[in-house]
Amino acid sequence: MRIFVKIIIFLILIPSKSFGLIEVDITRGNLDPLPIAVSPLSIDENSRQNFEKILKKKNIGEEISKIIEVNLKTSGLFNPLNKDAFLQAPDIANLKPRFEDWNLIKAQALITGKVSYTDEKLRVEFRLWDVLAGKEMVALAFTTVPTNWRRVGHIITDKVYQRLTGEKGYFDTRIIYVAEEGPKTKRIKKLAIMDQDGANNKFLTLGNELVLTPRFNPTSQMVTYLSYFRNLPRVYLLDIETGTQEVVGDFPGMTFAPRFSPDGKKIIMSFAKDGNSEIYTMDLENRIVEKITNHPSIDTSPSFSPDGKFICFNSDRSGYQQIYVMKSDGSSVKRISFGKGLYGTPVWSPRGDLIAFTKLHKGKFYIGVMRTDGSGERLLTENFYQEAPSWSPNGRVLIFYRETKTDDKGEGFSAKLWSIDLTGYNERMVKTPTDASDPSWSSLLSN
Amino acid sequence: MKLNKILKNTLLIIFACFALSACATSKKTTGQMQGDVYTGTDTVEYLASGVPDRVFFATNESVLTTASRETLRKQASYLRKNSKITIVLEGHADERGTREYNLALGERRANAAKDYLMTYGISSNRISVLSYGKERPVDSGSNPLAWSKNRRSVTVKAN
Repeated sequence: MRIFVKIIIFLILIPSKSFGLIEVDITRGNLDPLPIAVSPLSIDENSRQNFEKILKKKNIGEEISKIIEVNLKTSGLFNPLNKDAFLQAPDIANLKPRFEDWNLIKAQALITGKVSYTDEKLRVEFRLWDVLAGKEMVALAFTTVPTNWRRVGHIITDKVYQRLTGEKGYFDTRIIYVAEEGPKTKRIKKLAIMDQDGANNKFLTLGNELVLTPRFNPTSQMVTYLSYFRNLPRVYLLDIETGTQEVVGDFPGMTFAPRFSPDGKKIIMSFAKDGNSEIYTMDLENRIVEKITNHPSIDTSPSFSPDGKFICFNSDRSGYQQIYVMKSDGSSVKRISFGKGLYGTPVWSPRGDLIAFTKLHKGKFYIGVMRTDGSGERLLTENFYQEAPSWSPNGRVLIFYRETKTDDKGEGFSAKLWSIDLTGYNERMVKTPTDASDPSWSSLLSN
Repeated sequence: MKLNKILKNTLLIIFACFALSACATSKKTTGQMQGDVYTGTDTVEYLASGVPDRVFFATNESVLTTASRETLRKQASYLRKNSKITIVLEGHADERGTREYNLALGERRANAAKDYLMTYGISSNRISVLSYGKERPVDSGSNPLAWSKNRRSVTVKAN
């Protein structure tokens, strides 16, 4: 699979950071999304025909702008306006927008652009305009191979998001997850990967053996996961570019709950033996294995802090599942969850300030966040069953999975991916071709 | 006078015990569960005549009940008589827990069964342990009875 794509940015106009330009506040629930007009990227007839031949898309400019629109809408922060109301033609708008026209349809921001076929490549330029101030906020151009056209839409969205919110985007990313099929008692599970918006879905395993909990390496196209290959549940490493797989470490029993360290150089996981699960790390370069916890209870679901200095994990050493934090050498273990109920699946935010978790209380499951000292617990969503939150690379959105209750006959089961903003707003189902669970969000693929 | 007081206290304790057990039994008799441990035979298969293949657990627990210990003693006796048989103990959890914790819990349950079999003379090199967590329920229902059937350790012949 070809993932890394050369994107040559050859024209970057420095964004004008003058005072008074529009901004989107993403720290609170956004009930009033910013009205934005995404003018279709203009395209000359010759380029249009070339792309139609290569990509089987009638108008690639329109297709890319559709991706941008869907991304913006999905974020919950923007309200892309209906194109029927646009007065200015795309090619002219890209040269010099008539701000009065865009103002008239209540657009506060405007995206314009142009696509062309240059030296067998796709060349895109786009501009983000502040309609009220009548100013250009970002202008960028880049070229890439035509088959990357979807990523072009995601990269543009990331630039727009970053300029308007002040934080990096999360659109040029992918989700790895477990695709599920078949009856609950004989579930068939496969590793699958897709773009953040659900496009380009691919299955990475055939379903011959049970696979669980895939997680991305934050620095490369590697994935770690649990496979029951030959009925031996072990942590594996998979290179999604080459397809090569290997068992991690040489353990005489079940290894599970793997995750990468933030620098991508270690795997942290649990090893279960004689009824006791402990946390271990393995260095991927020198293969040195270290035992991190030492306690007769269950210690699992470890996750590093982004600076690599701490580990949060799940333990029942108090009698029930709770969340603990320790130094990365295993010292200074401290329980941080003290609310009512059971706590599991702690995951450290890529921003470092929060830990997301699953909570079970009075027969309901919650996805929530707390500060790394356990204070400020906030429950974002309640349901019959949901678990396993994974952070978007900018730490603003969580993706998790949710299962439905079966009826009296044991039928009606489904498992789906859902996402929700850190604010607790903008909860939505992430469409997948099959049932799905155990999502893991990649880092930004570009920049 | 002192004796009287002791007698009174004893009576009180006995009385309290009755009250408690009455309360507990009234709860127990509902369905095929004792507390929330499955006591039915719906899903049970047999290693040999009279030797059930599985034991059940309470929520979040890996403690063997009296009934479980009896089942495992039968298994041990069967395995002692059939010394060539090796087994896999498959530990399971219900769907009401996070996946990774349940993998660990299944492993702990299977090991509880393994330890008990070993105390009844079954060598550890005849036993391997495999946890499925919540991945292989026998009952796909979303209700307490279904969950109780799924919290189990199943002894499977490996050869």
